[in-house]
Amino acid sequence: MHAFRPPCRSFSLPGWLLAAPLALAVSLAFQSTAEAETVARYGISLADIPLTTGQPDKGAGAYQFTGHTIYDPLVAWEANVDSRPGKLMPGLASSWKVDPKDSKKWLFTLRKGALFHDGSEFKADAVVWNLDKVLNDKSPQFDAKQAAQVKPRIPSIASYRKVDDYTVEITTKDVDALFLYQLPWFLISSPAQFDKVGKDWNKFASQPSGTGPFKLEKLVPRERAELVKYAGYWDKTRLAKTDRIVLIPIPDALTRSNALLNGQVDLIETPPPDVLPQLTGAGFKLVKNVTPHVWPYHFSTLPGSPWTDIRVRKAANLAIDRDGVVKLMNGLATPALGQLDATSPWFGKPTFKLKYDVAAAKALMAQAGYSQAKPLKAKIIIAQGGTGQMLSLPMNEYVQQSLAEVGIQLEFEVVELENLYLHWRSGAKADMNAGKGISGINLAYVTADPFYGITRFVDSRYIAPNGVNWGGYNNPKIDASLDKIRTSFDPKVQDALLAGIHQTMVDESLMLWVVHDVNPHVLSPKVKGFVQAQHWFQDLTTLKM
Amino acid sequence: MLSYILKRLLYAIPIALGVTLVSFMLVYLAPGDPLNAIAPADAPADVVASLKAAYGLDQPLPVQYAKWLLLAVQGDLGKSIASGREVAAEVMSAVGNTLLLAGVAGLAGVLAGCILGALAGYWHGSAIDRIATILSVVGVSIPHYWLGLVLTIIFSTKLAWFPAMGAGPGGSADWAFDIVHLRYLVLPALTLSVIPLGIITRTVRALVADMLEQEFVTALRARGLSNRSIFRHVAKNTAPTVLAVAGLQIGYLMGGSILVETVFAWPGTGFLLNTAIFQRDIPLLQGTILVLCMFFVSLNLLVDIVQPLIDPRMGRA
Repeated sequence: MHAFRPPCRSFSLPGWLLAAPLALAVSLAFQSTAEAETVARYGISLADIPLTTGQPDKGAGAYQFTGHTIYDPLVAWEANVDSRPGKLMPGLASSWKVDPKDSKKWLFTLRKGALFHDGSEFKADAVVWNLDKVLNDKSPQFDAKQAAQVKPRIPSIASYRKVDDYTVEITTKDVDALFLYQLPWFLISSPAQFDKVGKDWNKFASQPSGTGPFKLEKLVPRERAELVKYAGYWDKTRLAKTDRIVLIPIPDALTRSNALLNGQVDLIETPPPDVLPQLTGAGFKLVKNVTPHVWPYHFSTLPGSPWTDIRVRKAANLAIDRDGVVKLMNGLATPALGQLDATSPWFGKPTFKLKYDVAAAKALMAQAGYSQAKPLKAKIIIAQGGTGQMLSLPMNEYVQQSLAEVGIQLEFEVVELENLYLHWRSGAKADMNAGKGISGINLAYVTADPFYGITRFVDSRYIAPNGVNWGGYNNPKIDASLDKIRTSFDPKVQDALLAGIHQTMVDESLMLWVVHDVNPHVLSPKVKGFVQAQHWFQDLTTLKM
Repeated sequence: MLSYILKRLLYAIPIALGVTLVSFMLVYLAPGDPLNAIAPADAPADVVASLKAAYGLDQPLPVQYAKWLLLAVQGDLGKSIASGREVAAEVMSAVGNTLLLAGVAGLAGVLAGCILGALAGYWHGSAIDRIATILSVVGVSIPHYWLGLVLTIIFSTKLAWFPAMGAGPGGSADWAFDIVHLRYLVLPALTLSVIPLGIITRTVRALVADMLEQEFVTALRARGLSNRSIFRHVAKNTAPTVLAVAGLQIGYLMGGSILVETVFAWPGTGFLLNTAIFQRDIPLLQGTILVLCMFFVSLNLLVDIVQPLIDPRMGRA
């Protein structure tokens, strides 16, 4: 009778010796296949994946996810440098020039050989088709949702036409030398793919096609978008260094941090300040940089507003210990010296320095007839929180206490961010603001280019509701400077004029500037090559695992 | 029975209509603008006006509501303002995820609550009773999002036993009933289960303790029935009430887990509602509320149908 012997026992010793390396080799082969693809999982702060049809929604920060990854603009923004502010770069237009006979006409020479992800070639027809997509509501491809995102960002365009297969002419409404800054917002979708999916933007959203460095492979609304490297990308210097990037919406900041600590994601944006020590203590790397964003109080300068007196505005700016606010934010902010960061080419040389000087602030308030015993009273509308607003309530309370010390007594009207936008668009003069005694608004925003950083707040033509010159600021000298900028095609002249305007803004203490955001990210040690541009546009092609 | 079910279904129609009308009005009473879901914050007045016209938001509220209702009764819940996707598809996908979470949490909470409550009621006044009472009070009073965060810190970031968020490594679309995916369910389900656990424990404890004092139990004891047989009688008498409370609790879990789903980034109806509320995405909000309302009504109907099967006296009434 034979005892039961498991089959493995039948292996002789030399067999084992042979089988072990073989098994190891097979296992390594499989492992290397599995490891051949590099994947970066990115926990993003949005509640949903931004629109994937071409023009992302959910603000400037969304362009790095489904904008400049899948698509390209005609004129791009240099987002792969962190040591200085980026600049405008050739995108799908390899060069451009202003018509010497008519400064309203811009001629764009298009890049040859750029292919959409569906294989169709990018040509002038695609540019005209995409402009129709967002500006011509009679065109079959018009998409109200994409138009809503980009139309306000390309306000200068009056008309456009194809000159030949590789040349497009765009005419602006007025002479506008800053027009090029509008173009990184306008992205080009594939007309061929739109036809292929039955001319349906909702279908296009899950099977999009652009010319960008990534293709969208999978979209699960509110859960994930998987972007894979597009090997046929026209710019070989910007080929993605990671095979796949998985975008995972995690709106709750603490949940995002937990997902990073747990290893479910490899990098996150906007960590909560109070969890920062735990994250860095666990070996994760904090990356931050100068970011075009400011957290200010925008004052009403209309008659009757308590902020019409420049001494009061200056006193408010001198009463804030900005380093204290930065400390409150656990270092996730930088003190504001003006509307723009001091490294901006448009910062200028203001004579009024934003510093913490309570004695000087009290003296200014005394000159204006106020003190702690006889405070000036003002009502400010603020958000309870929300995207870009940093730690809204604690920061506002900090400001409130600081201003109380110099004789400014603030009362807050706290609303949801969505409602605050409504108050912002309506302007200080509107009944919903002036009618309720509101003379200031706290809303943090992007200041990435001349329009977003400066023009929209000081140009009298943008006084709300025509724009977001909320306080009704009207300075003919500034308007004249802006007109001059619009007709000056020399970037150095533009920079100098913009710096002059910013200088005036600071010298007049047009707003109370508190801090700038630093757009913080936290990375797992596995993540290499992450470059944090000094912009809300980021280049995910540099990510390396 | 059939006429009873039909009658209850007919009752559900005015309830659903009332809920949609109230939610529609509440969204508009709340400050803010649905256009914020689609327009950039600084969109100029002309862009805002053209968008209002494009989405029909420039029409009077009764007209907007009537149009929505007309389509809804035909099964078309419209399209989300924010994403442009079909609301029905969005809601049904989220409902599936919430059903999974609420089902597991509800089942765990109700089962554990029945056991704890029965033990506490049977040994009324004992240490077990005190422990069960403490657990039920904690379950009812504890902020669930806080509990979720604490559980995540302990079991996810410290011990790394369970994932911190999400509905699977590939998202809910790739869900499978295997260990890998079920691990994602543990923490959110555990967090949610404390609500029914607390309420059911209290209910069962009170019912069992009360039932054991009843004369028929004394009579059963006098006849020499074993404790097990007596307990069977007690259980049968408490079941209809427990069933009614459990039905309500699972109904609440279907729509009331906004915070827990947000903490765990669980892609269910709570997460969807949260997104829709903050974006003022009215079609999505309306569609989700309507579907949740119908679930609630259906659950109550189911309870009403099952109760007479357990206790024929209720059917006769």
